[in-house]
This record gives sequence, structure tokens and C-alpha cells, in this order.
Amino acid sequence: MTTPVPAPAPAKMETRSLEIRYGEKPAVKDVSLRLPDRQVTALIGPSGCGKSTFLRALNRMNDLIPGASADGEILLDDKSIYASHLDAVELRRRVGMVFQKSNPFPKSIFENVAYGLKVGGLKDRAALADRVERSLRGAALWDEVKDRLGESALGLSGGQQQRLCIARALAIEPEVVLMDEPASALDPIATAKIEDLIHELKARYTIVIVTHNMQQAARVSDQTAFFYMGELVEVGPTEQIFTNPRQQRTEDYVTGKFG
Amino acid sequence: MSVATRKAAGAGLFAVTGAAALLVVAMLVVILVDVARGGAARLSWEFLSAAPEEGMMAGGIFPAIYGTAVMTLMMTVAVMPVGVLTAVYLHEYAPARSRVAGAVRVAINNLAGVPSIVFGLFGLGFFIQFVGGGLDRVLSEPGTVTYGKPALLWAALTLAILTLPVVIVATEEALRAVPREHRDASLALGATKSQTLVRVVFPQALPGILTGAILAVARGAGEVAPILFTGVAYFLPELPNSAWSQFMHLGYHVYVLATQSPDVEATRPLLYATVFVLLALTFALNLLAISIRTRTRRKAAAGH
Repeated sequence: MTTPVPAPAPAKMETRSLEIRYGEKPAVKDVSLRLPDRQVTALIGPSGCGKSTFLRALNRMNDLIPGASADGEILLDDKSIYASHLDAVELRRRVGMVFQKSNPFPKSIFENVAYGLKVGGLKDRAALADRVERSLRGAALWDEVKDRLGESALGLSGGQQQRLCIARALAIEPEVVLMDEPASALDPIATAKIEDLIHELKARYTIVIVTHNMQQAARVSDQTAFFYMGELVEVGPTEQIFTNPRQQRTEDYVTGKFG
Repeated sequence: MSVATRKAAGAGLFAVTGAAALLVVAMLVVILVDVARGGAARLSWEFLSAAPEEGMMAGGIFPAIYGTAVMTLMMTVAVMPVGVLTAVYLHEYAPARSRVAGAVRVAINNLAGVPSIVFGLFGLGFFIQFVGGGLDRVLSEPGTVTYGKPALLWAALTLAILTLPVVIVATEEALRAVPREHRDASLALGATKSQTLVRVVFPQALPGILTGAILAVARGAGEVAPILFTGVAYFLPELPNSAWSQFMHLGYHVYVLATQSPDVEATRPLLYATVFVLLALTFALNLLAISIRTRTRRKAAAGH
């Protein structure tokens, strides 16, 4: 009996010949990459290889950097994210982001999670409270903070702050969650919690995670893309990338010969 | 260098820097003690609440206190919106390397270096003769002058221009201090730029903006030169009853008492007491503003 080859998951997002420049200098060159729906894609590669730039292009955060420009196509549900029906604000409500350094606002825990909902126009207190609770549960933080929602978010530990930032991103119910090295500043226990969380989240969200940690990429992702010098060297199922890469450069990197 | 010389050099530097720091404190103490000793005897409720009498050789200084307070308040109301909005434009909206922003910055720096008496002349020429005179031609009966003469409003506006650089620089500094990560987080949550400004940037920048207000008040309340031609009066029998009235002012009153008195000995205690009140008022304004700032900062840090 042969195992049936699974049909490829439909792409939630996709880039075609994406090129991103800062002034004259290209940071990402000719990258075509499919991000399958409700799967975790890990972006790996040495520092300065363009993976974070690529990630920030997906919700147009690069637009905020003076001199940055993008060529090629970025599609969300097969429609260009630069199309006129979708401005950057609308796009970012559908493609959320968690940053490398946890960056809660100097507001209460509740206000942090409710922020995206409030700027989106939700005013009803009961609905806000409900969504905040659901998001905090979704980020596995509810039990730790439910008795002190009114206290400052800055009083939380580093790992809790990062999960709060994940809860904050989830509150507006995005379809895609971009994570830029979300656990790089955390201790191993907090990191494990974040990784468990990613496993749970992929049932509902398409996740793209940038990481420097090979084991982390291997543990959490379904698909891995290796970037080097702004180019996409290789992309494939995570297991294949780590055990049987096609490219010599990929093998050198994942086995730790450079990086 | 031997150990002994190194130690001697270290001790010497400690002594010199410490002496310089002490000198600063000592000067302040001498001024305060002298003013307090000379003025305390003459200070009374009557002095604070009554008008000057007998050619300023008796009575109080209430009109000058009132005039200073009202003018400073009007100045603050005028300077804060313009200063804060300018800083927001420069820091948040002007494109990097924008020529307009560059020109504005050059203007601010030069404005900060203009001697205050020049502001007085500018106020006289621009506000009183040009703006006020223009209003008179349009609104007043021919031959009468309602707006084109020294007044509270013109003095307050002149001082507002003088203190504008202080407010702009302090506000821009406060905006710069708001971490980029917080702006990014807000934008990534689908907030617009203006929502990010109002909900994330301003609350964090508020203590710094209030610092700008403190500095502006402290500077504006004590300046005399800019108001000489634009609104202050030597003596007025009544309190100013509108923005178009002239007013008395503590700083100018000190000048008047010190230079215009027919009997120096009789005026001296009054002069001391007036200086004491001017200093106390400035300190009180500073203290009030600092306490507001500390409370806001604590609130911002606590995250409520």
C-alpha cells in the first residue's frame, strides 16, 4: 500500500519575483515563495540575508522605512496587497505581526489586548472584554493574568510580555501571523511555551516565523525557506530541508558550517 | 606618573569640580537669603492684595501679580498649540531631508538666538502697528484707537513667539523619545498614523511636552524687554478688564521701583519684597508644573 501524496495546501499568501530595495541596495532579490494556508513557514538564514525584510514586506511594514521600495507581486488570497481595494491599514488587520523584542504599550494588560479592537472601532465594553479574554486564552496567558488585567503590562515577565504581544496580535483576528524571531530574547522555558503556542495557532492561522534557531525551525514549522544574501536558496518541507537539502549552501547552513 | 601624583591629580580635580558646583549653589543661596531678609519684613497680606499708593512708596503690588499671571496664562495658551503642532509636523510628518522642515529648523534656531528687546520692537511693529492698526482701520471709528496700542494680548503674543523655540524643541525631544517599537506595534495592529499619534505617542510624550510648557512659563513670566513696548504700564489705577487693556507686571515693577523712585530709601523694602514675590511666583509655577509632570510620568510608566 502506498501513502497517497497529499494535495498541496492552497497558498494563503504568495510572492512572485519579489525584489525589495533600500535605496539602491537590494535586500531581497527575485523571491517567489508560497505560504500555504494554516501551515507554519520558517524563514532561516544568516543575519542580513533578507528574511526579516521579506517578512516585513508581507504586511507592508517596510513602507515605513524611507527609501524602501518593492517590485514584483505579493498576493493575499490571490489578490495583490498593493491593490487599491486594500490599504496598508486594512492589510495589517488581516496580516498581523509579532516583533522580535516584546513591545507592550505602557498601558494595562487589558488595554494592550484591546488596542487593535479599539482602533478598529469596537466600543462595546462587553464585546471588548469577551474578545480580550478569548485572545489571552488563545495566547495561553489568561490563567496567569486574569486577576490583574488592570495592571501595567510592563510588570509581566519577558515571556509573558511576548505572549501578551501575541494575544494582542490575535485579538483583531488576523488570517496570517508574522513572527520576527519571537523567542530570541526569551529563556528556554518561555521559548517552549511560545513554540507550543505556535503549534496550537496553526490550526486557525497561517504563520510565518523568522528564526535563527535551527532546532526551533525544525520543531515548529511545516515548510522551511532558506535565505542567503537576499536570495531564496531553497524551500521545501521542513524535514527535507533539515535531512536532505538539495543545495550545498543549505546543507552547510543547517549543519552549522557557517552562519 | 607615580601613584602619588596620580592621587594628587585625582584629588585636585575633585576639589576644583566640587568647588565650581558649590559656587553655583552659594550664589543662589546668597541671592535668596538677601532677598528673603530684605523683603520678609515688608511682606504681608496687604502687600500682596493692595495696589501701590503714594507714588509707589506705600501699598502693595497686587495689580502687578495679577497682570503677570494673566499675561503668562495667555502666553501659554497661545504658544502651546502652535509649538506642539509644529513639533509634530517636524518629527512625524515632514519627510526625511525635507527642505521645508530644514527651513523651519533654521528659523527656530535663529529665533532662539534673537535678543529679547528685538522681540519687543517686533511686537510693537508687527502686532500693534500692523495687526492692531489694521484692525482699527477696519473696525474702529475713524480717529479712535482700540487695537493699535499696547495691550495684554499683544504682550502675550510677543512672549509666545519668544518662547516658541523652547516648546518646539522640548516637544520634538519628547516625540523622539517614544520608542519606534511602540509605533510599529500600533501600526502593525491596523492603527492609522493619526490613531498611533493620539493613542500611543502623545500619552508617552506628554511629560516631555509639559516640560516644554514649564520652561516656556519660567522664561516668559520673568521677561521684561519684550513687553516694554507691547503692553506693560508704569502704573494703572485699575486691573486690566480685557485683552485690550494695558497691565502691570512684576518684572517691570521691579525695574520701576529700582530706577524711578524719588526716595530710594523708602522704596528699598518694597523693592526687596517685590523681587521676593517674583521669585516665589516663578518657583511656585515651576513646582506646580513639575508636580504635574511627575504625576503624568508616573501614570505613563504605570501604564494606566
